[in-house]
Amino acid sequence: MSGPNTDYDPVEVTPLQAEQVEAARDAALAAIAAAADLEELKAVRLEHAGDRSPLALANREIGALPPQARKEAGQRVGQARGAVNKALAARTEVLEAEHEERMLVEETVDVTLPTDKVPAGGRHPLTTGAELIADIFLAMGWEIAEGPLVEAEWLNFDALNLGPDHPARTMQDTFWTEPAENHVVLRTQTSPVQARTMLTRKPPIYIACPGRVFRTDEYDATHSPMFHQVEGLVVDEGISMAHLKGTLDHFAASMFGEGIDTRFRPSYFPFTEPSAEVDLRCFVCRGVEADSCRTCKGEGWIEWGGCGVVNPRVLTACGVDPETYTGFAFGMGIDRSLMFRHGITDLRSFFEGDVRFTPAFGTEL
Amino acid sequence: MKAPVSWIREYVDLPAEVTTEALTDKLTLLGLKLEAIESPGAAITGPLVVGRVLTQDKEPQKNGKTINWCTVDVGDANGTGEPQGIVCGAHNFGPGDLVCVVLPGGVLPGGFAISARKTYGHVSAGMICSAAELGLAEDAFGGAGGIIVLPADTEAAPGTDVRPLLGLDEEIIEFEVNPDRAYGLSLRGIARDAALGFGAVYRDPCDRLLPAADDAGHPVLVEDEAGCPLFVARTVSGFDASATTPEWMASRLVAAGMRPISLAVDVTNYVMLETGRPIHGYDADKVAGALHVRRAAAGEKLTTLDGTARALSTEDLVIADDSGPIGLAGVMGGEATEMSGSTTRVLVESAHWEPVSMFRTGKRHKISSEAGKRNERGADPASCEAAADRVVELLVELGGATAEPGVTVVGTVATPATITIDADLPQRVAGLPIDTATAVAALEGVGCAVTVETELATTGAPVNRLSVIPPRWRPDVTDPFDLVEEVLRVVGYDHVPSVLPREAAGRGLTRSQKLRRRAGRTLAGAGLAEVVCFPFVGSASFDKLGLEADDPRRETVRLANPLSSEEPELTTTLLPNLLTTAARNVARGAAGAAIFEATTVAFPSTGGPAPIYPTDTRPTPEQLETLFAALPAQPLHLGVVLAGERERTGWWGEGRDADWADAIAVARRLATELGVALEVVAAVHQPWHPGRCASLRVAGRTIGHAGELHPRVVKAFDLPARAAALELDLDALMAAAPERAVPPTLSTYPVAKEDVALVVGEDVPAAQVEAALVEGAGDLLESVRLFDVYRSEQLGADRKSLAFALRFRAADRTLTDEDVKGARDAAVALAGARTGAEQRA
Ligand SMILES: [Zn+2]
Repeated sequence: MSGPNTDYDPVEVTPLQAEQVEAARDAALAAIAAAADLEELKAVRLEHAGDRSPLALANREIGALPPQARKEAGQRVGQARGAVNKALAARTEVLEAEHEERMLVEETVDVTLPTDKVPAGGRHPLTTGAELIADIFLAMGWEIAEGPLVEAEWLNFDALNLGPDHPARTMQDTFWTEPAENHVVLRTQTSPVQARTMLTRKPPIYIACPGRVFRTDEYDATHSPMFHQVEGLVVDEGISMAHLKGTLDHFAASMFGEGIDTRFRPSYFPFTEPSAEVDLRCFVCRGVEADSCRTCKGEGWIEWGGCGVVNPRVLTACGVDPETYTGFAFGMGIDRSLMFRHGITDLRSFFEGDVRFTPAFGTEL
Repeated sequence: MKAPVSWIREYVDLPAEVTTEALTDKLTLLGLKLEAIESPGAAITGPLVVGRVLTQDKEPQKNGKTINWCTVDVGDANGTGEPQGIVCGAHNFGPGDLVCVVLPGGVLPGGFAISARKTYGHVSAGMICSAAELGLAEDAFGGAGGIIVLPADTEAAPGTDVRPLLGLDEEIIEFEVNPDRAYGLSLRGIARDAALGFGAVYRDPCDRLLPAADDAGHPVLVEDEAGCPLFVARTVSGFDASATTPEWMASRLVAAGMRPISLAVDVTNYVMLETGRPIHGYDADKVAGALHVRRAAAGEKLTTLDGTARALSTEDLVIADDSGPIGLAGVMGGEATEMSGSTTRVLVESAHWEPVSMFRTGKRHKISSEAGKRNERGADPASCEAAADRVVELLVELGGATAEPGVTVVGTVATPATITIDADLPQRVAGLPIDTATAVAALEGVGCAVTVETELATTGAPVNRLSVIPPRWRPDVTDPFDLVEEVLRVVGYDHVPSVLPREAAGRGLTRSQKLRRRAGRTLAGAGLAEVVCFPFVGSASFDKLGLEADDPRRETVRLANPLSSEEPELTTTLLPNLLTTAARNVARGAAGAAIFEATTVAFPSTGGPAPIYPTDTRPTPEQLETLFAALPAQPLHLGVVLAGERERTGWWGEGRDADWADAIAVARRLATELGVALEVVAAVHQPWHPGRCASLRVAGRTIGHAGELHPRVVKAFDLPARAAALELDLDALMAAAPERAVPPTLSTYPVAKEDVALVVGEDVPAAQVEAALVEGAGDLLESVRLFDVYRSEQLGADRKSLAFALRFRAADRTLTDEDVKGARDAAVALAGARTGAEQRA
């Protein structure tokens, strides 16, 4: 506490008196504490800590004091202002927190409202299914080969060991373009892509060919004049049927799940010799208590496609030396594979273009 | 091919415990694939027994009918041993006859349950059955219209199960026979594989003592030895035309899917099923002179058994007599010499035909006959004599005929060519250890004659080589790899191990494949659903699009055999079928359809016919070029249709329907995604609205169009108003995608923003003004964006104000006000000079 100082100008020093400073401080602190929101606090700040506030005014007077009195007065006013500022900061923090809390409550929305302003699109399961298959083979280091839908008869048939009088030609009801003497067809299989690849590249060849094919089938729940196939072809030295089995087992497990493998039955395809039908172990019942299984109809196996060792005659027609190389090939329907993979009962679902169908597949495929 | 199990067992001693399932499993593994197992009696349950009619009282009824009140001895089958009282409406039987009785508790085909019931004043406890009621052919077992009366000599006591007597307990296997397994179209061949599969004793029905050929038979002149290597003719006389086909034969024919016709015809069919050798029987009295085997002469005609008058081709093989052609050789006989109810002399033809000729004739005349099916796949030539002899035997035995002494045999049976393979070929191709002994045993098992020769390889190691003569019934076995398949099917396909081939050194997806995936994802992300349409269209499709008569899109590849005569063309544009698909969605209640399809279309080639090259060597590169040039151009197109609701109405406000801008937006978004600079220019192009259509250009070349559809097209396809569409050449767009992206240099100096509003004539495209601004502003311009289009009375009619936001930035310094003003003024000045744009006050 300062003692009496006879040098003071009583008029000038009144604001600096301890009582005055304390009163101003207490008034400020009370007002700060009473401020109910940030708006009120803003007014309080102006009144009690602004340029025209008593403490600011008192502060200004310090310079007028005699040097010996300045220190004490300065300390007194400084402490008071410090206390006010601290209180202001603390109150601001409290009020801001209260404000935020209130705003967050007020701004609550119903997050369950729909947000689907633009209807969802989606890629077709036949596209994504073909990509899923392609990716399995790409991961083995194979490549994806493609070819035209309107194809030369020679590539679709002759080069594949289906001569003009081969009975198997009648098995595949072919769409012919006009005039038929032009020998141009809608490809009945993706095999001409295999022929094209062998004709234009040197072994080793490891390719998968997914694509669209055509046959003159009437359109119903299980037939379509247009459908999709994936074929595979390997031509290399020392290739055997065992490699074919290994590849198809790997394909089956990748597409239908671990432990799903294949079995071979003798069959006939001009393109291959020996030829086999390939069955897929039922991925639903896995052959256990198959009798009640709707997917395999009690067989434990599902007919999947055809395969075999590439007929040396095909290699010859395509310029590959059958003395040096052997190959294997296989083919299966993509549409059909997807039908039993997803339990689709009507093939036409793929081709009707219903906008409800495609998005249902999401990114699963 | 359908084969009753009992018939198969006639030629192979299968152990009794081999079930039909075990048999079909084995045959499937050998290559004769099971299609179905059926049993004619499968639909009948409960007691169906032999009954002897004891009494038959005819009782006239008020309705004019007469019913028979019968008592029938059914042994102990009814549990009492007492005669069973049954009412029967048929009259073709009498006391003492053996009949088929279904007792109460039995169920007949169609779920017809039998119980004792009161009728015509009696309690009728069961039913005396007709053939039809048992699901048999109506005329089987004693004529149509009546009940079955079992032959008097039937050795079956009343009360015993009648099913075996009617063949109702038979199991019939239906096989799917592949084209290379012609032998599977005969019981002889099926039984041979069954014997192979079970190691059982086999009796070849063709292994019979044959009469020697002589010159006394019906004269035959084969003028085309290549087409007919072997012709066997036999004759029987004194045939009883009234003799009927025995039940056992009729039921086997029915089981095999053939209809019994008359004894003589049935015998030929039966022997064909038994041996695989198609036989033709002529009414010998209707044949005039020697039989000639030759190609038809130009202009010759023949009416075949099916009553069709056919104009013959000079490539058709025919059998002719003095009157001209009397049969389409190996495919179908002629009507004039057909066996009839008065035939007493039968001339039996059993000949081997060249398969390709059979195939061509069948195809040419659109005849699919049982004989043709076997002849075109190749039957066993060595079976001709045996089959003819078997027919003669049956005609004698069943038809009371006498075999005439002559046996005509013209031609010979060629020995199949020897195939030589390394003994380890099966092992190498199968990837499975198969030693020489196993391979030899397998080949001999399927009927090959095998000799093993051991040579010394250059290394000095012994190498076994097999010289193999395939059996005559396997015309399909001609190549080394065919032998591999024969060995493997005997060893078992299920023994092939599972081995992954080596890792291939692929390069991943091609650039086009990657970009297509990218494009598809972009479009799906823009809310479009991908669809897959058929490529078939017709002129009506183009009419609906409003295409002019000379529109190049009407120049299509046409199908010679379309599924629908309305849609015989391959489309050149994806729009017709996409628009139909969009309309289908709307018709099904969708508020809108935003769909796309990416696939190839076809434009006809002028490259001429696609050649057919030989296959014994690779075509030359020039030949391949010719081949490829003959094919239609098939660019990959993208089609998009946006019809109806594009944005939904919701709590956020009103939704909106798709319009021209949405279609162009899709094109722009796709171009941006692929990094292609796409120019949008006003255009007039069907099927778009002439004032709302843009041509899409890349480097000055038009690659497609987008915008709102012409109102007439919208109406023709029944689409929501303002429906919009896009079609572009996706190949061309992808080709313009940069190989390597060039990223911008990112300046961190401050940006200067300037807005300018320019007033131009209504017909001035905004893109043109923007292009002038860009060019005029020079290098300092970072971006320009049109943010408002404004029209008002003040501006005047035919005027619009375009507001652009310009952003300026330099790479190396902060721009001064003068820099920015200079660039902006230059931009506005050039826009003014180019488009008459005036800066709005
Ligand atoms: Zn299953």
